[in-house]
Amino acid sequence: MKHKTLLLAVNFVILGGLGLQGYSATPKGKMSSTAKSDTTRSISPYFTPATALKKTPDSKGFIRRWSLLEPISKPNRGNTVFVDSYIRTAFATEYFPNQFTIVPKDGEKVKVGEQELTWHALESTNYNVKLFRFAYGLRKQYYGVIFWAVTVVNSPQEMKNVRMAVGSNSASMWWLNGKEAVILSGDRRMVVDDCVSPRLTLNKGKNVIRGAVINGPGMSDFCVRFLNEKGEPIKNLTISYE
Amino acid sequence: MKSRIKIMGATALLSVVLTGTVIAQVGKPFIHDPSTIMECNGKYYTFGTGGGGLISEDGWTWNSGAVRPGGGAAPDAIKIGDRYLVVYGSTGGGLGGGHDGRINTMWNKTLDPKSPDFKFSEPIVVASSENMEDCDAIDPGLLLDPTDGRLWLSYGTYFGFIRLVELDPKTGKRVEGNKAINIAIDCEATDLMYRDGWYYLLGTHGTCCDGANSTYNIVVGRSRKVTGPYLDNMGRDMLEGGGKMVVAAGGRVTGPGHFGRLIIGDGVEKMSCHYEADLDQSGRSVLAIRPLLWKNGWPVAGDNFKEGTYEIESERRGYALELVVDFTRMAGGMRGFGRNTDEPVKPVPSQELADVIKTWPTGNIGIRIGDYMFRPHQKWTITAVPDAGGYPGGPYYKIVIAGTDRALAATAEAEVISVPSFTGAPEQLWRIDQLTDGTYRIMPKIVPNSKEKLALVSSGDSTPTLAKFDMNSDNSKWNFKAH
Repeated sequence: MKHKTLLLAVNFVILGGLGLQGYSATPKGKMSSTAKSDTTRSISPYFTPATALKKTPDSKGFIRRWSLLEPISKPNRGNTVFVDSYIRTAFATEYFPNQFTIVPKDGEKVKVGEQELTWHALESTNYNVKLFRFAYGLRKQYYGVIFWAVTVVNSPQEMKNVRMAVGSNSASMWWLNGKEAVILSGDRRMVVDDCVSPRLTLNKGKNVIRGAVINGPGMSDFCVRFLNEKGEPIKNLTISYE
Repeated sequence: MKSRIKIMGATALLSVVLTGTVIAQVGKPFIHDPSTIMECNGKYYTFGTGGGGLISEDGWTWNSGAVRPGGGAAPDAIKIGDRYLVVYGSTGGGLGGGHDGRINTMWNKTLDPKSPDFKFSEPIVVASSENMEDCDAIDPGLLLDPTDGRLWLSYGTYFGFIRLVELDPKTGKRVEGNKAINIAIDCEATDLMYRDGWYYLLGTHGTCCDGANSTYNIVVGRSRKVTGPYLDNMGRDMLEGGGKMVVAAGGRVTGPGHFGRLIIGDGVEKMSCHYEADLDQSGRSVLAIRPLLWKNGWPVAGDNFKEGTYEIESERRGYALELVVDFTRMAGGMRGFGRNTDEPVKPVPSQELADVIKTWPTGNIGIRIGDYMFRPHQKWTITAVPDAGGYPGGPYYKIVIAGTDRALAATAEAEVISVPSFTGAPEQLWRIDQLTDGTYRIMPKIVPNSKEKLALVSSGDSTPTLAKFDMNSDNSKWNFKAH
């Protein structure tokens, strides 16, 4: 349901059986869960602070440790404007210095027009990074926004012919070591392995992944993993945020 | 449901009948978020967003007139025992705020607003969402589990999760102590169905409410348990955004959404949905009814019958329906062996109607089934008959030998013949339903002097007749082949 319709004066009952936590996937891949109410305005059910502890992709290869920049205001009343040319222009625009090279530190601030925005080094409790909850929990603007995300993947050896697989809500664009890897245009919902890059090479050692997600109204989120030539998730990586 | 749709009183656009076209429902089938079609005392009903809905006498011509109080959005309906349970979101959901949602159920003994028994019970709230939680409590869909009689409700939108709760089939209330389960993301307007040990979760994906630009489409995942996990054909959980396509845009209609299943009989299933825009009907949102096919355990929308000229092939042996007339040989026999291969190659003309029709009797001609040789007595032109009524998913058709008015007809002896001219008599009108396996059932509107519902069947490889339809027999199945 995308359009607000009439709120009718019908008596309602708040059902008593609903708890107070967000859904989270278990590491074993069991995903069905009892729904829980999640009306508290906090990022805590969805994120924990990133640490220096060793962190690998999860059991399905999803990368959960990211530095996220508080949302840049980019008002759009709808998401159908996110055609390829629009998002290429939107993501080519420089909003803050070193936008395409920065590997931010936790708490680092950038200036975007009148906005002063902070980078947050976080670990997602879900396979998908819930940007809407990030913004909502921090009491930031959550519709009509651009999010920037950066993480560093450490590979034990050079890996050729890998693909970066991304799902995002809504449109997004992703870079590996400064080169465009994959673009997701249009009014998209986050679907696992929705778009994948051409064959890429992960360098031995550090590799910087950078992404930008744009959304009008809707619940922004993304998920990223690498796939090998057989389409299997790559898990023998470590992830740091700086 | 996504936006509130006014059922407008515009003059219906009676579809122009053109060869090769698919005709949408006729009448004024304008609706958004149609509920699963219900049959009640011989009429068909579907409810939509904003209140009200459509009624059809035959499943083909639809007009406004159904009555559903409560307004709100995107209802569903189910018959349990001798009562109908209607469920709807009394709010509209929406991203502009207002994610407090409530889903209500209410009963009625009849869906006919003219019946003295027509009275909805007071709505009961069975699920809700509040504030900015990961769910919009709208867009409900109902399943009465045929294996154990339990009643399930799925609901939700793109805003967070699709959730599943259990209702009491006797009261329509939420089962006491039941807790909602998250079963999907990335969809809305969900519905559930069960078949052969699988539970299927249908969801609408894509962009709603944008007319010709709406990318709405219906996807499905399946599970051995009603509570999930619902996986798609790639093994991807619908909680990961998975979903296998059931129906997308095509022809001149865009944005199918809000699935509903209608079982007509053994092997004959239909799915209802709305198209966000029918470009032949001012780009308005319209009701659609299509065959529901099952391929390798997955549901997929079939295609409504397209008018055209076809071989009518029996599934039994692969022979073709034809007139009982002399087989007229074409010029030219087999070239002998050892001939000069450098001789120029030239086309051999096909046998044409004019080449043979003078040899045909002028009165009734019998019908048989034979080797298909693309001869004039084997080519059938099938067109919809205006104002002859229809059935869910199609109008009645006339079936004539191509280039003539010679029509296929049912006889009082429950056989088939061809008559020299189509008169519009009901025994010359044919119902064509695509079956769940993709083949077709062909039925006369009536068999003279009979109340039996019979279908065209093969009683032998070469002999057609009319008999009861049997989904388990290839005798009852036909294919339309355009050569």
